[in-house]
Amino acid sequence: MPELTPPSLEIEDHDGIISIKAGGIWLVQTLAARGCINGLLSQLTTVSPKAVSPSAVPAREVHWDLSAITRMDHLGAQFFWNFWGKRRPQHLLLGAGEDALFDRLHHLGDVHLPQPAKSRLAFFYAFGKGMFRFLEHVLGFIRLIGQLSLDMIRLLQNPLQGPWREVSAHVFHAGAQALGITALVGFLIGVVLSYLSSQQLRLFGADIYIVNILGMSIIRELGPLLAAILVAGRSGSAITAQLGVMRVTEELDAMLVMGIPHGFRLILPRVLALAVAMPLIVVWTDMMALTGGMLSAMNTLGLSPGFFIDTLPQVVKLPNLWLGEAKGVVFGMLIALTACHFGLRIEPNTTSLGQGTTASVVASITIVIIADAIFAILFKGVGI
Amino acid sequence: MQKPPENIIEIRGLWTVFGDFVVHRDLDLDVESGEIISIVGGSGSGKTTLLRQMIGLEQPTRGSVRIFGEPMENADHRQRLEARKRWGMLFQQGALFSALTVFENIALPLRELRTLPEDLISDLVMLKLDMVRLKPSDANKLPSDLSGGMIKRVALARALALEPELLFLDEPTAGLDPESCESFVLLIRALHRALGLTIVMVTHDLDTLFELTTRVAVLADQHVIANAPVKEVIALPHQFVKQFFLGERGQRAMEVLREYPFIV
Repeated sequence: MPELTPPSLEIEDHDGIISIKAGGIWLVQTLAARGCINGLLSQLTTVSPKAVSPSAVPAREVHWDLSAITRMDHLGAQFFWNFWGKRRPQHLLLGAGEDALFDRLHHLGDVHLPQPAKSRLAFFYAFGKGMFRFLEHVLGFIRLIGQLSLDMIRLLQNPLQGPWREVSAHVFHAGAQALGITALVGFLIGVVLSYLSSQQLRLFGADIYIVNILGMSIIRELGPLLAAILVAGRSGSAITAQLGVMRVTEELDAMLVMGIPHGFRLILPRVLALAVAMPLIVVWTDMMALTGGMLSAMNTLGLSPGFFIDTLPQVVKLPNLWLGEAKGVVFGMLIALTACHFGLRIEPNTTSLGQGTTASVVASITIVIIADAIFAILFKGVGI
Repeated sequence: MQKPPENIIEIRGLWTVFGDFVVHRDLDLDVESGEIISIVGGSGSGKTTLLRQMIGLEQPTRGSVRIFGEPMENADHRQRLEARKRWGMLFQQGALFSALTVFENIALPLRELRTLPEDLISDLVMLKLDMVRLKPSDANKLPSDLSGGMIKRVALARALALEPELLFLDEPTAGLDPESCESFVLLIRALHRALGLTIVMVTHDLDTLFELTTRVAVLADQHVIANAPVKEVIALPHQFVKQFFLGERGQRAMEVLREYPFIV
């Protein structure tokens, strides 16, 4: 690329008349060089700031000569124009083609970006808006549950017409493909939990209670919760993004036009699929976590796996397992519903897609933990 | 503002191969400074691919693309950046950043230079908005609030933000209603005349083609089979040309030629 001559200014002072001669190339490429514009500005103002400033009393004549400029674009023209206070100076000599640039600027006049009015009550407005938005979320969620119930009834009335193919696809995506990550996380949590607990138990000589601690905590609490958090992060975000992209590409509208309801074909299969897949993932996570705990106990306390497996059913009663499974079903449905709720509210732009997906994962994990607390209160007498 | 009369774009011996499928075979193409060239061709003839190779989004399998006399294939990162500042691209869907307002979209390339003062940027953006005939009140809107025609106009304003000498248009009028299509074509023509741009476009739309172009490059049989003014191209005895220009659709559009006889 040929080197471009940078813009230059020659300022001379003859008997009270300042003549400013500009030369070089005044294009974006040359003017955008570091310090170029500031250099030109300071050159213009240091010589005689009073004389060239547009607001000053016409103290001294200034003659502008731009005819030596080889090439100029709108940036160069705008630079002069702003310096002149958005009008042509009295004594101005222009080169070929430059007239058109300044004509365009003159024609445009003084246009500013309209600034939106800012209110002093902005904070209260924002707060009020936030409250209404929360209320809207709650109402939307309730409506979604209502719609789901209606769709369930429709499915029960006519089970053969159900969206079974979608259900099975989602069971595969949300369930089968989540086995690896849940196994890894479950196993490691089991190892850590067992290691830490066994340290404490050994102090009291209560080694064998490791089975009780691991069994109860994993089967009743940790297994379902871990699985739910992983599934919320994995499948919840996927569902939201999927529905969001369908909104962006107008697929959702296309479905409505063809008379395919969103609830029955999009939401119901996802909720059903997670309701089926989650309890299975919970069992799987439980098994992995207990295996990890068992191996760790063997290592730190010398507890044999045989003893661990024999003792487990005696110290953890069966209702605990059912409770964990029920949690799995409920958590799975909650995650799917939350993800669908946020997915359907995404507006067709990229920011909304990002925010919606984040909000969906955060909300579904929060909802799962709240639901877990409710379970703990409701079933405090069961299985202990 | 004089310009060297040389070829702004020179493509020599360009090959594009996808797997076993040869899209371009030993293709040559020249674009002279100041002209509006349309690349036409059947679907799958690699028009958009050729356009993307010119702006460096894709690499040809073989051959050279010279823009402003600079070979693009062995240009280093800095040279490419410099060259990119000298051309603008209007994407088919506008490709506006949906998270930014109209103002911020147009200001983005200027702000990215990181050396221009904010008041100058603001003035320039308002000038560009005016050039594409948009109102100052549109500046605060988000792309999702704009109609298809307005999106194209904003995208054009953004493509012009860095005062390019060369403008690439990918299907400039696709998806516009006839009225906004017409006014967009007029706008491009006015800008071409006012700013002395060189324009390379890919289009299917015969009306646009007839109204705008000074030259048509026909892409068929993996080559540029013609690179000439519309009148000469129409006279070519080639299957694709006949189908494209002299079909029923072409006949209707040809009436435009009678209305605007000065363009050919």
